[in-house]
Amino acid sequence: MAQVTAPSPARPVEVELRPAPPVDLGRAARLGLIGGVAMVLVAATGIVGTFQTRLLIDPILPLGLLFLYLLAFAFGWMAGKPPAALEGFAPARANSRNLVAGALAGALGGLCVGVLAALMSTFDLRGVFVQLSPQLLEILTFGLPLGAAIIAIVAISAVAGAIGAGVHLLPIRLKRSLLPALVWVMMFALFTDLVGQLFAGLSAEFLTDFLFTGRGGALTIVGAITVFIVVFVAYWLLGGRETTLRGRIEAMPRGQRTRFSLIAAAVILIILWFVPKVMGPFVSQVLDTAGIYLLMALGLNIVVGYAGMLDLGYVAFFAVGAYTGAILTSPQSPAFTPQLLLIVAIPFVMIAAALAGLMVATPVIRMRGDYLAIVTLGFGEIARILFNSEWLAPIFGGAQGITNIPDLRIGPLQLSTPQDYFYPIFLVVLIAAYVTYALQNSRWGRAWMAMREDESVAEAMGVNVVTAKLSAFVVGAVLASFGGALFGAQIGSVFPHSFDIVVSVTVLVIIIVGGMGSVPGVALGALVLIVLPNLLREFSQYQFLFYGVLLIVMMLTKPEGFIPSKRRAQELHADELSQDAWLDIYGDKPTTDATTTEPPR
Amino acid sequence: MSEAISVPARPIRSASRVTPVTIFLWGLRIAALAVILYGSYQSISSGRLSGAQWRDLLIFGTSTGSVFALIALGYTMVYGVLRFINFAHGEVFMVGAMMAFYVANGLAATSLWIASPFVSLLIVFIAAMTTSASLAVLLERIAYRPLRNAPRLIPLITSIGASFTIQYLVSGLVGPSTKDFPRMEPLRGTINVAGSLIPTSRVVVIVVTVIVMIALYLFVERTRTGKSMRAVSEDQETAALMGIDVNRTIVTVFAVGGAMAGVAGALWGLVFPSLNYFSGFLPGIKAFTAAVLGGIGNILGAMLGGVSLGVVESIGPSLVLAGYDIPAFSQLKDVVAYAALVMVLIFRPTGILGERLSRDRT
Amino acid sequence: MSLLSIESISKAFGGLRAINSLNIEVDQGEIVSVIGPNGAGKTTFFNLVTGMETPDSGNIVFDGHNVVGLRPNQILELGLARTFQNVRLFPTMTVKENVMVGQHCRGKAGLIGAIFKTKSQRSEEARIEARAEEVLSFFGTRLAGYRHDQLAFVLSYANRRRLEIARAMATEPRLLLLDEPTAGMNPRETIELTELIGRLRDEKGYTIVIIEHDMQVVKNVSDRVIVLDHGEKLTEGTYDEVSTNEAVIEAYLGRPSERR
Ligand SMILES: Nc1ncnc2c1ncn2[C@@H]1O[C@H](COP(=O)(O)OP(=O)(O)O)[C@@H](O)[C@H]1O
Ligand SMILES: [Mg+2]
Repeated sequence: MAQVTAPSPARPVEVELRPAPPVDLGRAARLGLIGGVAMVLVAATGIVGTFQTRLLIDPILPLGLLFLYLLAFAFGWMAGKPPAALEGFAPARANSRNLVAGALAGALGGLCVGVLAALMSTFDLRGVFVQLSPQLLEILTFGLPLGAAIIAIVAISAVAGAIGAGVHLLPIRLKRSLLPALVWVMMFALFTDLVGQLFAGLSAEFLTDFLFTGRGGALTIVGAITVFIVVFVAYWLLGGRETTLRGRIEAMPRGQRTRFSLIAAAVILIILWFVPKVMGPFVSQVLDTAGIYLLMALGLNIVVGYAGMLDLGYVAFFAVGAYTGAILTSPQSPAFTPQLLLIVAIPFVMIAAALAGLMVATPVIRMRGDYLAIVTLGFGEIARILFNSEWLAPIFGGAQGITNIPDLRIGPLQLSTPQDYFYPIFLVVLIAAYVTYALQNSRWGRAWMAMREDESVAEAMGVNVVTAKLSAFVVGAVLASFGGALFGAQIGSVFPHSFDIVVSVTVLVIIIVGGMGSVPGVALGALVLIVLPNLLREFSQYQFLFYGVLLIVMMLTKPEGFIPSKRRAQELHADELSQDAWLDIYGDKPTTDATTTEPPR
Repeated sequence: MSEAISVPARPIRSASRVTPVTIFLWGLRIAALAVILYGSYQSISSGRLSGAQWRDLLIFGTSTGSVFALIALGYTMVYGVLRFINFAHGEVFMVGAMMAFYVANGLAATSLWIASPFVSLLIVFIAAMTTSASLAVLLERIAYRPLRNAPRLIPLITSIGASFTIQYLVSGLVGPSTKDFPRMEPLRGTINVAGSLIPTSRVVVIVVTVIVMIALYLFVERTRTGKSMRAVSEDQETAALMGIDVNRTIVTVFAVGGAMAGVAGALWGLVFPSLNYFSGFLPGIKAFTAAVLGGIGNILGAMLGGVSLGVVESIGPSLVLAGYDIPAFSQLKDVVAYAALVMVLIFRPTGILGERLSRDRT
Repeated sequence: MSLLSIESISKAFGGLRAINSLNIEVDQGEIVSVIGPNGAGKTTFFNLVTGMETPDSGNIVFDGHNVVGLRPNQILELGLARTFQNVRLFPTMTVKENVMVGQHCRGKAGLIGAIFKTKSQRSEEARIEARAEEVLSFFGTRLAGYRHDQLAFVLSYANRRRLEIARAMATEPRLLLLDEPTAGMNPRETIELTELIGRLRDEKGYTIVIIEHDMQVVKNVSDRVIVLDHGEKLTEGTYDEVSTNEAVIEAYLGRPSERR
């Protein structure tokens, strides 16, 4: 046992690299079939049919079929992806075989759709699958006879799949310019209303006329090409640089970085100031909703992201805020009508929410994490049913809710329109974001995170987990209650059906998509997940399906979210860091113990 | 520097053993007990319901509880092996019920439905079981297997996503409207059991459940596959070392749990003949409660927990809530179920019969 | 009066008696080693003392307080800190944050203070940070500067053990319980750690109880050795007394079939 092992000899510099394994066609076929199932489901749930009415580029590109073939593209992309670099192997290069893999995946996907079309033209399946109508068949087959249609479907899918796989063959700079250009064209086409509003607000209607076919229409072909070229050239010129914006900011010296963030903050504030003025009532309304969700997401982020407790009944605190605000301000409140100003009522709202937080948190303190999730869900549902009940209708108004909630007034300022509400909502959001940051780097913030990592060790290291859990719940509850109070004032009424479990899940999806523990991530999540379905009315019908799929896909592929917190971003680079640790040990003193780097937990 | 520095003694800030939390929890226990006792006393002494009505509620509760018990099996077996709540299991049940509905609907248009109800029901059951089992296995393969070693909340969140996905897929595919199960004449009558008339459908539910439960019990206790299931839930690594195919065993667990949910789905159609894409959510939650109530990981416990919960849920509102003259107290039926969930998890998280879980390796 | 006195505690897990009416005294300023075969109940003893498990019977008196039934964080606040046999850091927190968590119990700042950045909160935060850096500097170059912002899980095994000790030191303990601190270390690191344990007592004034398998370490650091077997105290005394004791030799070498 007592034997000093000499440091392992330096690795041979000349390593015989074996050629990378070629892309796996069997895997491509499997992916193609999975993609086919996804494509069939997209058609059969009516997504294709519903989106078909929406033209993206007039007259050639309707959204419905695009959606279908985007799936072929995506699965082709996956199938044609060169395998990850393995030690001892030369890095894999994409070649024509990757294209074949992509085409294969796409073709198989298309074949599934073809089979669906064949079934639809032979049987009437509408008795079970309500969306499989003759109109859908017409869309899927492009009005061609069945045989020709199937060939066309398979061919288009194969091409889409091959293009998807082809992305891996592009030189990096081209890829970095091409993809954003396509995405921007999509954005312009999807959000015609928004872009139109923006141009109108900037009194640049001529741009609208140039790019779009009439107001609220689709992009013209010329418009699409213009957008494409502008974005492509911009990215091409920028694309020469390797580092990302984030990397460059982090590389700045400290003073410069502070100055940069101050300027960035000022610019963002100025933009925020003009947003509602430019965007008009409809978009502002959507942004208000997104702001309220963002507020809740910041609160839930503390409970789930920092303290590690999965609260599935979070909507209850939102409801408590809304109802307390409504009761204290509305003249129509059934039991008790002090008719306070909302500003005056806010402290009471906070107290009510804090008490609710304590009520929910106290019983769950000693509970396993997954049981906690279900119990909080139970509390959330109990709250909704009670708000809805005849029994408590004398206080909460039952199913009729509480109406006539007066608008928010701050001193002489009387708010009324969605544009007006944008400011208080985003002020509160900014405050909440600040609070989140401040707490993260505080004594209790560290205690929360320690508890999230390992509760019993945290307790053994002096963290009072009772206080830690209660305080996380209370902070989360108070933030949600602000959202509720503002929501009530802005809508003018509260009804129990606004406080469904889907709200809790939506907020959860936001923080998971954005990145748990990351404020910019949460902001992006709210923007995409709330604004998107609200602006695309065709989309809202499939909102929750989309959320569900997103949750699964995120957990499987990117559990740290799209804009991970710095901490989680660091986890991604664990390899490099551990290498550094490894080098250091070997350079330092002899040791037998190589760095063990299992991922955390 | 080698001189020992004496560290001064520090006063304790909060070295008390009785914390506000314990007091609160005791208060909650006592309050809950008081509410239940007083309400029961009031409603029993008012004599609002006759003995026969109580008996009907009891039978109703037992048959609904049987369905919960069958669903609970899926939760309890999966939790026993993987230690995670398969939140989408309620949807596995709902899809089984949907399948049962469409098959029954198809059969109802044929002469078989009238001519031989038994064969028809058998077909319905088999269709529902295979559908649910396949869905459960598919879920395991796509969503849960890649996350086997992830932190515990990750698969739970995934299963919430799966639950939403399945719900809204079903809603998109077959439409969101509520479907009505076709009636089956022989099930509409009553059966005379020990002098009291009981609806046939409920008797069928209870009998089928008991048969299925016994079959499952024998399967788990007697067969090789059952043994490997128990071994895997005891200790996955050791089981693997003993030559048990852990992956296959886990797939079996999902398949069996799914099949049980399929049976439950078909039975659901007999008791509550209406169904939509959201019908799996509440029974799912209740079945999870039943699983915990019986002792999670414990198959007999699931039966006991399911029936107890069913009875509590059917008798509870009339017994407790009616005692307080609450208007439209049936609205609060689900509150009783959720309150039972919360109370069980708070005060008896190890269940009536005790948990059967592999040792927590922390 | 002794700093820690264990008065006939027992603990059973199901039918297994992990600790059986155990009596132990530890005096201020001592370094006591606890040795014994695997499964003897050494870690369970630590768990009982730190409140992570509750004894079935018996008393644990630390510095005049009976700590049985207190929560682990309350016991820690009294000045009783530990490390874990299977290192249990907060893996996705940085090295410095791990140590700062140790200072949690010595702080007072609340949420409001953190939000409004009050003066007292800022000075406390600065103090916590300074403390953490001071504690880390105790380990010389091993946990030096640039490591402070690394996440704990990227550290080498030996460094994780050091970080656990640092985290325990940050709680400003009077009694430090180290559970197999040299397990998995190479001989050189083991020697380094042995010296460190001596410094912990001499410079920091901690009383130390250490569970250790490496007899060289036991010999070098301990004032007194306690031998556990089957949850009972087999014997205690100086290293030389214990290492020649018949019963101890039998416990380690004899009848292996008896042990798992
Ligand atoms: N939480 C627990 N549950 C059941 N058995 C336990 C638990 N903790 C320890 N044991 C058992 O108690 C005995 C003593 O364990 P331990 O104190 O860890 O021994 P060691 O002396 O090796 O540190 C062992 O047989 C162990 O399996
Ligand atoms: Mg041990």
